[in-house]
Amino acid sequence: MRRFAVLVVILFSGLACADQPAEPVTLTLMGHDSFADAVDETTFAAFTSATGISVEVLAAGDAGAMVNQAILTKDNPLADVLFGIDDTFLQRGLDEDIFESFVSERLADIRPELLPATDFVTPVDFGDVCLNYDKEALTTPPATLDELPEFADQLVVEDPSLSSPGLAFLLVTIERYGEEGWQDYWRELRDNGVLVAAGWTEAYYGEFSGGAGEGTRPLVVSYASSPPVEVLFSDPPVTEAPTGVITDGCYRQTEFAGILAGTDHPEEAGTLIDFMLSPEFQATIPLTWFVYPANSTVELPEVFVEHSTVPDNAITVDPEIIEENRERWLTEWADLFA
Amino acid sequence: MADRVGRSLRLTNWWVWVLPAAFLGYLFLYPVFRMLGYSLEAGAFGELTRPRVLSSTWFTIWQALVSTVLTLVAAVPLTWVLSRFNFVGKSLVRALVTIPFVLPTVVVGAAFLGLMPRGVGAILAAHVFFNIAVVVRTVGGVWSRIDRKLEDAARVLGASPLRAAWSVTFPLLCPALFSAAAIVFLFCFASFGTVLILGGGRLRTIEVEIYQQAVNFGDLPVAAALAVLQLVFVVIALWVSSRWQRHTNIDFTAETALPKPQGRQGAVVALIVSLSLGLLSLPIWALIRASFGGWSFSAPGQSLDPLRAVGNSLLYSCIATVIATVIGVLAARAIAASRSRTSSLFDTGLMLPLGTSAVTVGFGFLLALDWPVDLRGTSALVPLAHALLATPFVVRAALPLLRSIRPQLREAAAVLGASPARVWREIDFPIVARAVMVGAGLAAVVSLGEFGATSFVVRPSSVTVPTLIFRLLGRPGTASYAQAMALAVVLAAMTAVIVLVIDRLRGEQAGTF
Repeated sequence: MRRFAVLVVILFSGLACADQPAEPVTLTLMGHDSFADAVDETTFAAFTSATGISVEVLAAGDAGAMVNQAILTKDNPLADVLFGIDDTFLQRGLDEDIFESFVSERLADIRPELLPATDFVTPVDFGDVCLNYDKEALTTPPATLDELPEFADQLVVEDPSLSSPGLAFLLVTIERYGEEGWQDYWRELRDNGVLVAAGWTEAYYGEFSGGAGEGTRPLVVSYASSPPVEVLFSDPPVTEAPTGVITDGCYRQTEFAGILAGTDHPEEAGTLIDFMLSPEFQATIPLTWFVYPANSTVELPEVFVEHSTVPDNAITVDPEIIEENRERWLTEWADLFA
Repeated sequence: MADRVGRSLRLTNWWVWVLPAAFLGYLFLYPVFRMLGYSLEAGAFGELTRPRVLSSTWFTIWQALVSTVLTLVAAVPLTWVLSRFNFVGKSLVRALVTIPFVLPTVVVGAAFLGLMPRGVGAILAAHVFFNIAVVVRTVGGVWSRIDRKLEDAARVLGASPLRAAWSVTFPLLCPALFSAAAIVFLFCFASFGTVLILGGGRLRTIEVEIYQQAVNFGDLPVAAALAVLQLVFVVIALWVSSRWQRHTNIDFTAETALPKPQGRQGAVVALIVSLSLGLLSLPIWALIRASFGGWSFSAPGQSLDPLRAVGNSLLYSCIATVIATVIGVLAARAIAASRSRTSSLFDTGLMLPLGTSAVTVGFGFLLALDWPVDLRGTSALVPLAHALLATPFVVRAALPLLRSIRPQLREAAAVLGASPARVWREIDFPIVARAVMVGAGLAAVVSLGEFGATSFVVRPSSVTVPTLIFRLLGRPGTASYAQAMALAVVLAAMTAVIVLVIDRLRGEQAGTF
């Protein structure tokens, strides 16, 4: 058995060596499913024709599953570049040393508020988790988080332990009301009849009454980019979004890219990250993944400008604090709703 | 001469052991030990007394027990009808009963959401729906082989029908009932997708807790400690199950032709069949209704091609079936040939993957299988993972028959000069051939429906139908949802075809599930 294994290893390493000089580089880009699902042959075509490097995308589940896969395989990484780790998982990746440091030549173009305190990862896009409301059913929506409990029986939120916008909204309430107050805030929401759905899809399409939603509740935790998406996919076409964004209490999710430590192609990997920050790639972000480009020199598509606002007071929480407290917060939250 | 006879009888030739043992060792034991070794730190077991973990453990145990009892209660009337009577459309009924067992849990979860609100009730109902087939098949196999004359004799001696059933049939069925119960308990105990979707995050089994600890909280030591805890329960359940399975090993009658139900019996049979099918088909109807508008096989994204998923699923199912059949038959031979403790340990070992957390297996693959060849990024891993989970079904199907072959038959053949291979070919093979085909069919179906372990090793080029369904369910848009449901209907149809073919082959021959 062992002799056989040795033989196999020799055979394969022989093949690998023989192949190396002639073969052009193919980079593997590990991304979460929602990133990978929207990739097609045009996504990296410009990059490949400019550099001769091909890109293969490896879908690795949701963001949490992806980060865990990267951690488990860090001695022999599955990919060269990882994209889509957000601030709620960033610290875990940093603690486990899965990234190689890299300073992009395009860093000056990136919105400064998105830049992390480390050069192991580079911000590529961001999105805001915000309360959305059904304009038709709710003529005077709550203006601030403080007013929300009065509307609890019209609100649907996502379970924070199962859903990333759900966790974002929980973080918002913790940041706003503090360790002492957030549980009382949620108790009030609960007692006034808030509905908890398993995930965003269930909440938005199943329970929300606005836009494409088929439910009965006019308030939902969704994204700042949801109203423009409603307009884009509306059939028949509409000129005004059927839903609106409440700009108080939004959570800013930033998605980062990083070179995976142990890659055989660190230089090419850096070139790929530079490309992902280029205006050319960044301009495709809003209409492909419905999030906002991190590059501030890129203009937003009309439909985003017209039907949404980028909240200027969006809340963020330090990744280190999230990593330290996430499990306790989620357990305490679950106890409230047990 | 004596030496040759002895050699022919020694079925435990080493090579029968080597392949299945290497297969189990490389694909299961090695990855799982790597995973446990990676994450077991001092103190992780102390974390098992956290209130959160305790409440998950308690919920896991009681819901599995209640689900098992409910499944038995719901399945026994149908099993009675299917194993005691002959009627038109019987094989179709049997196929319909089996479909739920192989539907991906994410799909059944979604279907139940359309019927009832989240909560304990929905979870229990879904578990009954899933597992009725286990009881119908395991218990039915034995029931149809109990000599009717025994009951008739009791009746002649003055026993009421109930009394005859209680004191004659029930004791004979008991081992099969217990063994089916142990399997159902195991499946409910390790239930993941159903509880994740229908429990809404607040009702958690240990399996869900492992997933949340590992994936959401990144706490691999606690996840690993929980995986060990789960394995302990699984080993206990398997041990109980295999003890009872050996007790089934009494002489049963050969199949006799089953009667058509007469008079009042006909009404009872019709009532049981229509009631069971009505209830079982409710979620399937909900699926079909939800699939309207989803019958487009265009790909909404490069890695989301439904046609490729169907092609992949069929291909992997074929490969996994071949591997599982070869490994399973070899393993069953090895186990049947010996009554030693090693052999029953091996039997249990082969069943273990079924009860092991998908997170443990999936992460174990990623951690371990880059040696001697890096399998992690290749699509070969998908059929291998499927074969690992399908092999126990082949073993279960072949083992009872291999055990029932009287040693005298083999001895006679050996004395007459047959080589070991010849003995196998002329004696064992004809007897087990059909059972092996049944096992192979089940293996194909298990591969078609497998989700948990696949989801960790699947790559865009190797996407299967269940993993694509899950991806589509997670995408925004009612079109994706309908497309997911349409694919689930396709999966159910493929399953039904395979099960119908198995039943043709099987005739009335019984294997243990």
